[in-house]
Amino acid sequence: MPAAPLYELVGVGLVIDGATILDGVDLTIADQGITVVVGPSGAGKSMLLRLLNRLEVPTTGEVRFRGQPLDAIDPLELRRRVGMVFQRPAPFPGTVRDNLLVADPGAGDDDLAAALRDAQLDRGFLDRSADELSGGEAQRMCLARTLVTGPEALLMDEPTSALDPEARRGLEHTARRLAGGGRPLVWVTHDLAQADRLADDMVVMVGGHVAGDEERTRFIAGARAEDDDGNGRGPSRSDDAATGAGTGGEAGGEDDARG
Amino acid sequence: MDDAAIGWAGLALSLILVAVAVGLSLWQGLQLEREMLWATARSLVQLLAVGYVLVFIIDEDTPLVWAWAWVVVMLVVAALTVRRRAPEVPGITRLTVVATTASTVLSLSVVFGLGVYPTVGRAVVPIAGMMIGNSIGSIVVASRRILAELADRRPEVEARLALGQPWQEASKPFVRSALRTALTSQIENTKAVGLVFLPGAMTGLILAGADPLDAVLVQAALMYLILGCVATNVVVIGLGLTRRLFTPDHRLVRLARTGGG
Repeated sequence: MPAAPLYELVGVGLVIDGATILDGVDLTIADQGITVVVGPSGAGKSMLLRLLNRLEVPTTGEVRFRGQPLDAIDPLELRRRVGMVFQRPAPFPGTVRDNLLVADPGAGDDDLAAALRDAQLDRGFLDRSADELSGGEAQRMCLARTLVTGPEALLMDEPTSALDPEARRGLEHTARRLAGGGRPLVWVTHDLAQADRLADDMVVMVGGHVAGDEERTRFIAGARAEDDDGNGRGPSRSDDAATGAGTGGEAGGEDDARG
Repeated sequence: MDDAAIGWAGLALSLILVAVAVGLSLWQGLQLEREMLWATARSLVQLLAVGYVLVFIIDEDTPLVWAWAWVVVMLVVAALTVRRRAPEVPGITRLTVVATTASTVLSLSVVFGLGVYPTVGRAVVPIAGMMIGNSIGSIVVASRRILAELADRRPEVEARLALGQPWQEASKPFVRSALRTALTSQIENTKAVGLVFLPGAMTGLILAGADPLDAVLVQAALMYLILGCVATNVVVIGLGLTRRLFTPDHRLVRLARTGGG
């Protein structure tokens, strides 16, 4: 009997304050490598990721983690088994050590240093003030903080959108190493070029659902055209609404309000 | 007539200062004259009405149950007042009833249970009034601060939740900060009493001809009661409201300034 996938979503819908964010999402996410969820701003990508960590619950349908319905798993246990890194780093007050100890108050310095190493930061960071880290360092610290809980899988919500190109490449490299080490990873982005670099499996989302063949082709063609133009900026929200396709801005200025 | 009673003539003379305030408003073009006159008239009517009720309630021949009924009315009015001042806080009416009831029961149990004051209408009504009245401001501040902290710091709260922390842990630093803010003003009041201002009970007793030292003892006891009462209110509101802002499966509900993502 084949092993269960990491996640299965069956007919998942999400309505918030009367607005439909996700509608009829059917999706299987493999229990290995990097699955990239890509799509324009407002496609529902981030909300999809939040559903996987139960920071949101679906209005309709079901989400299963390794074959088990999410609502049958203690949410606190689920969140320690599946780590999440957010779009913007959220350092807590104090040193990097203080931050990492929030994830596991009983961890020793060697454990913390190992988590930092996995996030490609050296042990010397432990005594640094978390407020003084650069954007890239802060995001890596947040990744290390998540790794302290020993998660089986990782969810990363546009983790490079606030980073410079060098830091962005560095975090992509780290993600590749973690996935290669047997930790499946779901990475959300609106940047098709990044998706191409990272994805073992790619899911295109448009308008709150998984894109069909035609939508997928149109999104990819539109995104490639943007890349060829070299302006690095995606179409506006009104463009998205008109075409149902397009890439979001790499500069991260136009974060999804709901996706 | 004893020294403390000013009579209707005294009251009328005190209106001279209202006339001064109205004159100043006219002179400066503040357009607050009607507001001032309305507030003056309304306060007089309200106080007279309350005065007549109090005459009945604190009469030695009136059963004590009327005094307790008056306390219940004060609790309801306090809850409605808080709801009007902090309408954005979910469930604030019920939370206020719970908090003020808890703090009033606690403080009155100490005062009357330990015999600090005799359990008579003349003591029950004003002391409960002071406890409940001082609770309103602290509840408004505490509830609004908690809501603002959790809305503003949502990314940090969710980062903590995503690490597997239960909502009680994930919200603790932010709720603690809000509760400190709410309690600080009462602590400052307690520190400044006597040096910066003479509070109402003490002033009233001295005006009524009581020995100033006796007035000080009464006032000090009341200040300590108020401090305990405010602390109880703030903590009850902190626990109750925070619980309400998270779901049983440890998710932060959508707040006014939620970002989503």
